[in-house]
Amino acid sequence: MFQRVINFFTSMRLTVACLGLGLILIFVGTLAQVDQGLYGAQNRFFRSLLIYWSPSTGVKIPVFPGGYLVGTVLLINLLAAHAKRFTLSKKKIGIFITHAGLILLLAGQLATDLLSKESHMQLTEGEMKNYSEDFKENELVIIDTSDAQADHVYSIPEALLAKEPGFGGAKLPVTVMVKNYWPNADLFDEPPIKENIPKGALKTAANKGALHELMVLPQPKITVSEGRDLPAAVIEVSDSKSTLGTFLVYAGTNVRQKFKADGVTYEISLRFKRYYHPFSLTLLKATHEIYKGTDIPKNFASRVRIDNPAKGEARETVIYMNNPLRYSGLTFFQFQMAAGEMAEKAGQRPTSTLQVVRNPGWLTPYLACVMVAAGLIIQFMSHLIGFAMKRRTA
Amino acid sequence: MALFGAEIAAIFAPKKDGAFHLREFGALPVLMNGRVQPLDSVGMNSLRQIRSTSDVPLEFVTNKLNGVEEFPGWKFWHHPKKIKATEWLLELMFHPEDAAKRPIFLIHHPELLTELKLENSGVDNSGLRYYSYDELRPLIPEIMKQGAQAREVKEEQQRTPVQKQIIKLQNAMYIYQSLSIAICPPGWEDFAAELQNFEAAMPAGMEALQAKEAGKTYDEAAFEKLWEPITEFFTLAKDTGAGQYYPLVLPPSDPDKARDNWSNIGKGMLDSVREREIYAPIKSYAALASAYRHDKPDEFNRAVDEYKSWLGQKYQPELKKGRQEFFYNDTKVFLHAMIIYLFAFMLAGGSLLTLTLAPNLAESLRKSSFYLIMLAWLAHTFGLVFRMYLEGRPPVTNLYSSAIFIGWGAVILGMVLEKIYRVGIGNVVSTVAGFVTLLIAHNLSLGGDTMEMLRAVLDTNFWLATHVVIVTLGYASTFVAGLLAVIYIVLGVFTPLLSQKLTPGKKSNVEIGKTLGKMVYGIVCFATLFSFVGTVLGGIWADQSWGRFWGWDPKENGALIIVIWNAIILHARWGGMVKERGLMAMAVFGNIVTSFSWFGVNMLGIGLHSYGFMDAAFWWLLAFDFGMVFLILLALLPFRHWTSFKDKNVTVPPPSPRGTPSVVAAK
Repeated sequence: MFQRVINFFTSMRLTVACLGLGLILIFVGTLAQVDQGLYGAQNRFFRSLLIYWSPSTGVKIPVFPGGYLVGTVLLINLLAAHAKRFTLSKKKIGIFITHAGLILLLAGQLATDLLSKESHMQLTEGEMKNYSEDFKENELVIIDTSDAQADHVYSIPEALLAKEPGFGGAKLPVTVMVKNYWPNADLFDEPPIKENIPKGALKTAANKGALHELMVLPQPKITVSEGRDLPAAVIEVSDSKSTLGTFLVYAGTNVRQKFKADGVTYEISLRFKRYYHPFSLTLLKATHEIYKGTDIPKNFASRVRIDNPAKGEARETVIYMNNPLRYSGLTFFQFQMAAGEMAEKAGQRPTSTLQVVRNPGWLTPYLACVMVAAGLIIQFMSHLIGFAMKRRTA
Repeated sequence: MALFGAEIAAIFAPKKDGAFHLREFGALPVLMNGRVQPLDSVGMNSLRQIRSTSDVPLEFVTNKLNGVEEFPGWKFWHHPKKIKATEWLLELMFHPEDAAKRPIFLIHHPELLTELKLENSGVDNSGLRYYSYDELRPLIPEIMKQGAQAREVKEEQQRTPVQKQIIKLQNAMYIYQSLSIAICPPGWEDFAAELQNFEAAMPAGMEALQAKEAGKTYDEAAFEKLWEPITEFFTLAKDTGAGQYYPLVLPPSDPDKARDNWSNIGKGMLDSVREREIYAPIKSYAALASAYRHDKPDEFNRAVDEYKSWLGQKYQPELKKGRQEFFYNDTKVFLHAMIIYLFAFMLAGGSLLTLTLAPNLAESLRKSSFYLIMLAWLAHTFGLVFRMYLEGRPPVTNLYSSAIFIGWGAVILGMVLEKIYRVGIGNVVSTVAGFVTLLIAHNLSLGGDTMEMLRAVLDTNFWLATHVVIVTLGYASTFVAGLLAVIYIVLGVFTPLLSQKLTPGKKSNVEIGKTLGKMVYGIVCFATLFSFVGTVLGGIWADQSWGRFWGWDPKENGALIIVIWNAIILHARWGGMVKERGLMAMAVFGNIVTSFSWFGVNMLGIGLHSYGFMDAAFWWLLAFDFGMVFLILLALLPFRHWTSFKDKNVTVPPPSPRGTPSVVAAK
C-alpha cells in the first residue's frame, strides 16, 4: 500500500496529469476573466483548492481542482520524484538544476502570495506622507490629537466592525458601539423633494459630526479588481459616564469629525487602512508627458524626497515606469498619475500615486529563472553535442 | 535564381524621378503619431487604412458581370498604371478635385452596400468594391448618422459586422478629409496666391487690430481682410485630430528648445502673424502646392529643393530620418521576400515529391530552393534590421513586428534543419513559415502605422530586447515543431515518404519519419527553454514596473500555457506515454496553443497586454485551429491507413492496462 502511494506521487503520469489540469485551469480561468473580471476569476480558479459549480443558489458542487490543489500536488510530485530518483550524475545534473529552479519559483510565489503586502501612497505636489494606504481594507480609527509631536491612533479593522457589536475596555479611550455597518455605500445630501430620494436610501440615527445629516444608499460589493468598496457605519461613542454622540463615518471622504472626552479632543473616521513607515516621502514634482500629437503616454515620473530622521537621511530620487525605488524593504512603483496638460486643464494640482509593495520573496524569480535556464541549456546542449558526435561518426 | 537576385538588386538600385520629383517630396519629414516620418509613410499608412492597399489604380476595364473593374492582376504582361501613396497624398492635398475621383474607399459588406444603395456603382476587384469620395459625398449625412448609431454600442465586441464596417468607413472618410487640409488651409485653392494676399494684408490689418484693441477708430475693411482667415486658423490650431489623423508639417521654429514641437498650418499661420513674418516652411509648401496644382514641374521641384536646403540648416536628423524611411518603404522588402519564399516553397515541394522518382532532379530542386530561401532570408533580415535602426528599438515592439520576427526565427530554424538533414523538409518549414508570417504581418499593417510610439511602460529597450525577443523565439520554435509535425502527418498519411531512407545509397539508414521525430523532439526542447525563460523574464519585468511578478493577465497566462504544453510533451515522451506519432499529434496541438497565446488572448480585449484587437483575424484563427484539430484526428488514424506504413508489418501490442496510446510501428 505504502509502495503504491509512493509510486503514485513519484510517477511521471501524475506530472503530466497535473500539468494537463493546470493547462485547462489556466485556459478556462483566462476566458472567465471576460465575464468575472481579473480579480474574480483569479480567486475562483487560481487561488482556490476546488472550483465549485452552483446550478442554483446554495448548492455548491466541486467540479474541478483549483490552482492551489494542482500546484501543491505538482510540488509534492516534483519533490517526491527527485527524492526518490536523485543521483548525482553528470547526465542528470541539468534536469536536477531545472527542477530545483522550478521548486524555488513555486515556493517563492507561495511566499509572495502569503507574505507580500500591497498598498498605495497618493501624493499631491508638495505633500509629505509617512504612511501608505491599503487597496482593499479599511479601518475605524479614533485619533488622540492632543500630543503636538505625534497623533495616537486607535485602530479597529473593518472586518471586526461587521462581526462585533461594540468595542471598549482598556485598549480604547472611549467605548464605541456599531449601530449600522454597510460594506459599500454612497452618501449624499438629502434632496429637498421627496420623489428624488433614490430607492433604498435611508437616514441614519447619527446626531453628531459633519456627516450626520447625510443619507446612505447601500451598494452591492464591487467584484472587479480595479474598484474598491467604500464602507459606511454608524458609530455611537461614549465615555465612562455618558454618550458623547452618534457619528456617521464613511471611507469615501476626508472630512474630520471631532469629539471631546475627558478634556481630550479626538477624531473619528473610517478610512483606508494605513501602514506607517519610519520615514516619509515628499512629492516634489509629478511629470506626465505624452507623445506630441497623440494621447500615448511617453513618461510618468515622480521626483520625491526621502526623509528618514532615524538615519539622518534626506535625499531626492526619481521614480518612473520600469524604475521603482527600493527602500527599507519596500518597493515604490509609479502607479497612477494626474498631472501634465490634462490635470492643468481640469485645474487640478498634479498628483501622483505610488504603489508600495513589501515582498520578501521578490528575488526568487530572478534566481529561479537563471537556474532553470542553466539547467535546460546544460541538458539540451549535452543531448545536442551527443547527437552531433553520433552523426559525425555515422 | 539569377532572376530573383536581379530583382533584389533592382529594388536597392537608386531610382529616377519623373517630371515632378515625387520621391524628393515623399521623403520630406513631418510629425505624425508622435514620431518624425516621411510624407510617404503618412500617405501609405493612411491609404492602407482607407483602401487596404498602398497604391491606387488608374486603369480599369468594363465588364458585363461586375461593371467597372480594376485591371485584372493575372494579366501579368501588362503593368496597369497606378499611383503610389506619395502621389495620391500630393493630389489629395493640392488637387482634391482629382483625388475625389479615385476609387479608394473599400466597402465590402453586401448589407451595407445595399443600405447605402451602392451595389451598382464603384469599382470591383475580385469581389471587393471601391468607391470614390465623389460617389460617397451625397451619402455623408447618412454615413454620419449610421456611424453615430453604431458607436452607441460601446463594447467593440458587441458591434455587428455592419456596424464595424460603417465605423471603419466613417473613420476612413475622416482621415481623408483631414489629410486634404493637412497643408493647404481649407478654402484656399491656390495656396501661393492666397498666401501672398494674406501677407500683403498683414501690415494694414495688424495696425487696424491694434487700433481696435486700443479702442481707437480703425480701418474695418483692412481688419476684416485679416481677421476672417485668422478665425479659421484659430479653429485649425485647436484641432485635436492634428498629428493623429493628419501630419504636423511645420517643424518647430526653435528646435533646440523642444524638438518634437511640430505644428499644423493653423498654428503656423497664427505664429507668423505674431512674428509679422510668414514662416519659411509655409512659403515653401505654398509654392510647391500651387506649382503642382498648375502642373509646373520645374517650379515644384525648385520649391522642394529650397525647402530641403532650409531644413538642412537645423533639421539634419529629421531630413535623414525622412529619407531613410522613404527608402525603406520604397524597397517593399517584405513583399519581395514573400514572393521568393513562395517560389522556394514550390521548388521544395517539388523536390519532396520527386525524391523517389528522380533523386537527381529532387536534389537540384532542393538546392535551388535552399539558395532561394537564403536570398529571401537576407531580404527579410535587411527589412528587420532596417526597421530596428529606424525605430532605434529591438526587433519586436508590436504584433506586426512579432509576426516578422517569428517568421525570421522560424526560417533560420528551417535552414539549420535543412543544413543538417538535407532532405528538403527544412526547406518546407522555412518557406511555409516565412510566407505565412509575412502574409500575417502584411494584414496587420493595414491597421495603420507599424512603427507607432511605445507607451511609457513598454519604453524600455532592455526588456524589449530580452523578454520579448526570447518569448517570441519560444513562439517561433513551438510553431516550427508544430509545422514539422504537420509535415510528418501529411507525408505519412498521403505519401510513402516517411518510411524512405534518409540518404539512399549511403551507410546511414535512418528513415525520414524517424528523423522528423528527432527534429520535433529537439525543437520542443528549445521551445521549452525559450518560452520558459521568456515568460519568467516577462514576470520579472512586470515585477519591475508594476510590483508584481505574476498577475494572471491573459497574455501571461497564454505564455504560461505554451510553457506547460511543451513541458507536457517532454514529460509524456520521457515517461513513455507517447511515441513518435503521439509526439506529432501533441506538437500539432502546440500550434493551437501558440496561436491562442499570440492572437487569441488579444481578442479577449482585456488585460494589460491587449495591444492589438483584431476582428477578421478571429475567423482565420478559428479556421487555423480547426485545421489543426483535423490534422490531429488524421494522425490518430490506424497505421494501416497511412500510405507510408501500410506495406509494413504493423504490430499492435495488446492495450496496456491503463489504456495509454500503444500503437507502435514495427521496425
